[in-house]
Amino acid sequence: MTLWLAIVAVAALSFAFKALGPALVGGRTLPPRARSVIALTAPALLAGFIVVDVLGPRWSAVDLTLIAGLAVVPVLVRTRAPLPVTLVAAVAVTALLRL
Amino acid sequence: MDSLRSERTAASARASFVSGLRTGSGLAAASFLLAVSFGAVSASQGWGHLAPVICSMVVFSGSAQFALLAVLGSGGGLMGAVASAALINSRFVPMGIAVAGDLRGGRFRRALEGQAVVDGSWAAAHLGGGRFDRYLLFGATAIQWPAWVAGTGLGVVVSPDPDLLHRLGLDVLTPALFVALLCDEVRKERLNRLPALLGALLAAGLVLFLPAGPALVGAVPAALVALARRPAAPAVSDTAAPAAPDTAAPDTAAPVVSDTAAPAAPDTAAPAVSDTAAPAVSDTAAPVVSDTASVAGPPVAGPPRRPGPPRRPGPAGEPGRPVRYDEEVPR
Repeated sequence: MTLWLAIVAVAALSFAFKALGPALVGGRTLPPRARSVIALTAPALLAGFIVVDVLGPRWSAVDLTLIAGLAVVPVLVRTRAPLPVTLVAAVAVTALLRL
Repeated sequence: MDSLRSERTAASARASFVSGLRTGSGLAAASFLLAVSFGAVSASQGWGHLAPVICSMVVFSGSAQFALLAVLGSGGGLMGAVASAALINSRFVPMGIAVAGDLRGGRFRRALEGQAVVDGSWAAAHLGGGRFDRYLLFGATAIQWPAWVAGTGLGVVVSPDPDLLHRLGLDVLTPALFVALLCDEVRKERLNRLPALLGALLAAGLVLFLPAGPALVGAVPAALVALARRPAAPAVSDTAAPAAPDTAAPDTAAPVVSDTAAPAAPDTAAPAVSDTAAPAVSDTAAPVVSDTASVAGPPVAGPPRRPGPPRRPGPAGEPGRPVRYDEEVPR
């Protein structure tokens, strides 16, 4: 029962979080300054996702094999390798280092 | 002209959706594998067969579901579990605010459309300059959701050893996708470097003592560096030539040139040019003009489809050939 209550509660809260911005902000045109800030939330949050994913809570998830795999990605992106190739390379590097 | 325009919009909407499906397929593959491990771990914690799948259907957020799993598993209780999962999903508030302007319809409809926001789709749908491709967002999410649910089901049934997924290095997929998306974001606009760096530092510092969600929300203020710059600067690049009646103000007219020139400059020159050239020349040369003209008049509900935003190569699509789907449109 606790489990189902938890699932329903988290689903409802997620819905509300996702609905909040679009419902409240969407209808009007934001001033240029606000929009220029919003424009930069994408790179800031993307970098945040990566860092949080790699470090984990209290930096407990730091794993050099994973970081080595990730380090391959910018190099391959720069050489314009197709994305699937890039991802497979990252996985391969990490898997090899974990052997 | 109206029908012509709506035809064009429909075509580009479909192209965007398809491009979203393509972009999303990489994200979906990563989601699928992550979901398999979620299904396996939750089944091993006595969630039964149904609850994990339902959870994936209605919550649809990997990090929150794993948090729920971890807290319930360690006896954290209902409130603790819900609070930690909700905190992790609090990042959807700033993300929702960012896309809000590009969703359509009234409040309720926009709130529903906002449900398509998940990390990967949101990042992939970002065109730059704070503008989002709504159909790309929908497409990228439309392929991830079934993958997420199916992966959970498979994980529950097959229940593979989570250690195996780790040994195969598959946990690198999700962050690797985000790294690729970030590289793209930074290459597209050099302005993005500083906020990315600051966001990373803030998140790294905050996650030392905060859960993942608040740490992410705490990374958002990095975007405030925009205020230290010329106010119009980043907002302009998105409205390049035809769009947005609201930025038609005289003071933004000048920066348009210099600003759009900059990001397109050295390394993105090739795709940006061919990308814009394809649709603009072949079929929409005339409509584009009339389109812009008609747009400048009435305050249009939303931004018009721009003829040539530096269309994101799309992580799952072939980064070297971002043009393809655009070329298909005229046919």
